[in-house]
Amino acid sequence: MNELLHISSNPHIRDKATTGKIMLDVIIALIPATIVGISVFGLKALLLIIVTMISAVTAEAVFQKITHQKITISDGSAALTGLLLALNLPVSLPVWMAVLGAVFAIIVVKQFFGGLGQNFMNPALAGRCFLLISFGTAMNNFTIDGISSATPLANLKSGMAVDISKMFIGTTAGTIGETSAIALLAGALYLLVKKIIHLNIPLAYIASFSIFVIIYCLFTGRGLDWEFLAAHLCGGGLMLGAWFMATDYVTSPITPRGRIVFGICLGIMTGLFRFCGKSAEGVSYAIIFCNLLVPIIEKLTIPKAFGREDEDNE
Amino acid sequence: MNKCIERLYNGIIKENPTFVLILGMCPTLAVTTSLINGAGMGLTTTVVLMLSNTIISMLRKVIPAEVRMPAFIVIVASFVTMVQFLLQAYLPSLNNALGIYIPLIVVNCIILGRAESYASKNPVLPSLFDGIGMGLGFTIGLSFLGAFREILGSGSIAGVQFIAEEYHIRIFGYAPGAFFVLAGLIAIQNKIRLNHGKKVKELPSCNGKCTECEQKCDNPTGKEGE
Repeated sequence: MNELLHISSNPHIRDKATTGKIMLDVIIALIPATIVGISVFGLKALLLIIVTMISAVTAEAVFQKITHQKITISDGSAALTGLLLALNLPVSLPVWMAVLGAVFAIIVVKQFFGGLGQNFMNPALAGRCFLLISFGTAMNNFTIDGISSATPLANLKSGMAVDISKMFIGTTAGTIGETSAIALLAGALYLLVKKIIHLNIPLAYIASFSIFVIIYCLFTGRGLDWEFLAAHLCGGGLMLGAWFMATDYVTSPITPRGRIVFGICLGIMTGLFRFCGKSAEGVSYAIIFCNLLVPIIEKLTIPKAFGREDEDNE
Repeated sequence: MNKCIERLYNGIIKENPTFVLILGMCPTLAVTTSLINGAGMGLTTTVVLMLSNTIISMLRKVIPAEVRMPAFIVIVASFVTMVQFLLQAYLPSLNNALGIYIPLIVVNCIILGRAESYASKNPVLPSLFDGIGMGLGFTIGLSFLGAFREILGSGSIAGVQFIAEEYHIRIFGYAPGAFFVLAGLIAIQNKIRLNHGKKVKELPSCNGKCTECEQKCDNPTGKEGE
């Protein structure tokens, strides 16, 4: 306890949290979704996850070695990026593509911009979008039990019925980590209890997206279709994105009001991508697009310093 | 004649419009999806640049300074129109691939830049060689960019495919790929051309008196006691 007391200039209250511990907590929170992913999609999923994590960590170490920087792989951020990327990949993806995505995420998106804390968009999602644009066919080839099948969202888009209870548990086609809403919610609960993330971004995201879906339903003559809403909430990458990707410290706003604005932007963009776009899914593009808006959002939502509230009256 | 060779060197290496001046980015990023397109765009620009530099240099004492820009544009636009007619007649496939970017050569900042900064102040022959040098520099830049994008994005070179379809990284065929490859090429040539990133040679203590100093250091100020 004495180590926490320093005689020095402020800040006086220190926390034991370190980057490494936070990253480890997020990885722990992702374990349920990972286990469900492996049990639903088989050992190939485990192979993809391990290979992606190792290549992300190796890419970071090699790049920092070559550029004579301090090697920071022990903080776990590269491993987390690898894990998140792997959870965003379909199980049928060839391994070399996953390696390429991890290397792109770490080197181009993270290290070229200055490493941890400087990346302007979520590296894992940027890696996924890189793969999505580069290998559209392979990235959209979803299999379950070895059979190619459409994702629930694609089925919804083409007007077919979906089984919401299956989507909630996770036994549907999709990327490795996104299918099981319950496992992701369990992980999110762990992060909330540990105070790693706050409710504001995910709640604003999910609430604004729900409102978008309801308005969409009303305007397209569906009426209040709760099943449709539930399917959209459990389907695709929304849960994974809202709880684990949108709350990334580096690429989300630091101001309290800014986080709400960020969440609302995410909800609207996801809705636009899902309902007006060509593809059934839109969470990844919505998040990396809103990552780019973060500096503007922060600039517009700087809280007033204590005692300076009459500045507006001048 | 020495002057002319110096102009070629300047255009191709020292002030390469693509990698050093970073001029004419619009066609550079837009049409370099393949080696043929890149080289075709570069050579088309080279032809226009040579002709416009020559004519502008000939007319440099006739054109009044106040209206030089419209005059340059008229000259450049005439040549671009001629070149486009020739492409439409003899290379229709290239003309289709380059599309709107052929007429846009009129406002390419390399051409106006060379007209303004070189051809309008210098004799005809060096101006011609300045045009050739800059044009070739542009062609080399675009060809490299096109070749890399074609290999990575569609697994072929000059239309000959040698990588199977499933290994194509298609993002390199789109606009983001152009930025990736351009940035990579600029980084590589900066690494070669400049001393950045190399370790500074350790020298014994410097007393600041460079005139008395016999060490050949990288930073001679030539002034004492600074």
